[in-house]
Order: sequence, then structure tokens, then C-alpha cells
Amino acid sequence: MNKIFLYTFVMAAVTYLIRMLPLVLFKKEITSTFVKSFLYYVPYACLAAMTFPAILGSTSCLISAIIGFVVAAVLAFFRRSMILVSLCACGTVFIVEQIIRWIG
Amino acid sequence: MRLKYFKKGMKDGIPILLGYFAVSFTFGMMAVQGGLSVFQSVSISFLNLTSAGQFAGLDIILAAGSLWEMALTQLVINLRYMLMSFSVGQKLDKKYAWWHRFGVAFGMTDEIFAITMMQNGAVPPYYVYGAMAVAVPGWTLGTLAGALAGQVLPDMIISALGIAIYGMFLAIIIPPARKNSTLAWVILGAMALSSAFKYIPGLNRVSSGFVIIIVTVVVAAVAAAVRPIREERHE
Repeated sequence: MNKIFLYTFVMAAVTYLIRMLPLVLFKKEITSTFVKSFLYYVPYACLAAMTFPAILGSTSCLISAIIGFVVAAVLAFFRRSMILVSLCACGTVFIVEQIIRWIG
Repeated sequence: MRLKYFKKGMKDGIPILLGYFAVSFTFGMMAVQGGLSVFQSVSISFLNLTSAGQFAGLDIILAAGSLWEMALTQLVINLRYMLMSFSVGQKLDKKYAWWHRFGVAFGMTDEIFAITMMQNGAVPPYYVYGAMAVAVPGWTLGTLAGALAGQVLPDMIISALGIAIYGMFLAIIIPPARKNSTLAWVILGAMALSSAFKYIPGLNRVSSGFVIIIVTVVVAAVAAAVRPIREERHE
């Protein structure tokens, strides 16, 4: 159990340092185009890598996950808000799993 | 004056609070499902205030990964905050004491960054504190609600909510990729590469935290080398 607080401490310390050091130490702007570009692409690469294929295992069966993924991707493409995309994905998974249960 | 800026920050923070509550609810639920206590789940949210980092961190805790893996994963996933902190560092009103930067840093999330950068002219730290005053309780109490609900909700609801965080991630990354083909390639490339780590024998022995680090660094570096951005952009 203490190990979990150790994990929490490491997480919190690293996250805070990342946020704090640039604010406190650097007042100058970054000039390297490569570094700026790299930092610009990081959130997209990171969130995409976290989302797929993990999303396929996020529900109790593969079919509901695939349909939920497609619904979320389409709604996101049409610029729906974060909450709406999330809730519709959840709703879709719920409905699909009810149908599967009903059929099977 | 301070109160005025604080109130403005609180007002702009309300939509953030609603979004945070929904996502942190899922976090609390998943953490308790994984075997963490309610107090542990809530502490993680209160001390970290970051969605992607916490979900990845939870995976590492549940997989009993090393503290090194934890530190490195947080560093890479949260590296974007460094860019945001750089930008906000330029934006903060210089007439306030330097130590306010320690406080502002704690609340540097994607959403608070976004509303801070949208303000006209220099921003007093009290504005950020105001936004934090609603966003931090939203994130923390959402986790508490999810952790408590996770113990009583039926399995089919929990299964349906498991996809929530991914829906949120897709809603963040897909819209900007519509007009920017490089972003679309970054997203597809990262998804393909992380799938390779999941399904190709040999590669699938790399633990999930390191997969995210490797994929993020490789894909972002290739994109930065091939298609460097021209001017400063904000998310």
C-alpha cells in the first residue's frame, strides 16, 4: 500500500517540475524550430498512442469497443464537444452491449 | 482588483469544471476497480491534476511497473506542459511577484492554459488562481464521486464508462487534424506504431508505459524533422 503513495509522489513531483521549471527559470522564448515543432506534435502523438489500440480493450467486448470508437471518431471529426463525444461513446457501448446480451 | 481577476478566472473555469468532473469520475471509478482505495484515488487526482498522465500512471501502478518507468512516462506524456508553461511565462503580468509562478504552475493544464492564453494582454496570476479554484475541486470531487460510485455501479455501466477517456482524447486530437495533414499523419502513425507494439510478437513484451514514450518521441521527432512548424502556435 505504501508503494502506491510512492508512485503518487513520483507522478506528482515529475508533473509539477515540468510545469514549474519553465515558468520559474525561463523568461526567454524558445528559438529552436525543431524543439518547438517537437513539443507541438507531442500531445497528438501521445494521446493517439494512448487511445489506440487501448480503446479496443476498454469495454467488456470487442464489438462494442469498435462501434464506440467509430461513433467517437465521427463525432470528434464534426467538432462536437469533449463531453458530448465521451458520453455518446459510452451510450453507444451501453446500447450495443444490451443488444448483444439480448440476441445472445 | 485582485478579486476582480479572481472572479473572472472562476467564471471562465466553469465549463472546465464540467468537463473535468466527467473525466475524473471515470478515473476514480477505474482506480477503485483496479484495487486502489478511495483516498488513494482522490490523492492522485488532487496532487496531479492531469488526465492523460494519471490514466497512464494508473496503468503502471496496476501493472506494478518500476518507479523509473513511472517518472519517464509522466515526463514524456506531460512534456507538453513545458511548452505551455513557457508560453504562459511570457503572458503573466510581470508586475506581480515572481513566486506567484510556483502557484500558477500547479494549475497548468491544457484547458487552463487555453483560457489564459485567450486573455487580452498580460494576465495577473489571480486570474489563473480563480480558474484553479473551480477546476481543482471539480477534478478532485469528480474522482471522489467516481471512486464511490465504482463500488456500487453494475458492471454494464462500468464497461460503458471505460471508453469515456478515449472519447475525450479523440475529441482533442481529431478536430485540429482536419485542416493539418501533418497532424493527421502524426495521429495515424502513432496509432499504427502503438498497435505494432501490442500485436507483433517480441515487440509486445515492452511494457505499456514505455510504448507510449517510444511512440511519442519517435513520431513527434520525425514530424518535427520532416514538417517543422513555421510560426508559434497554441493548441
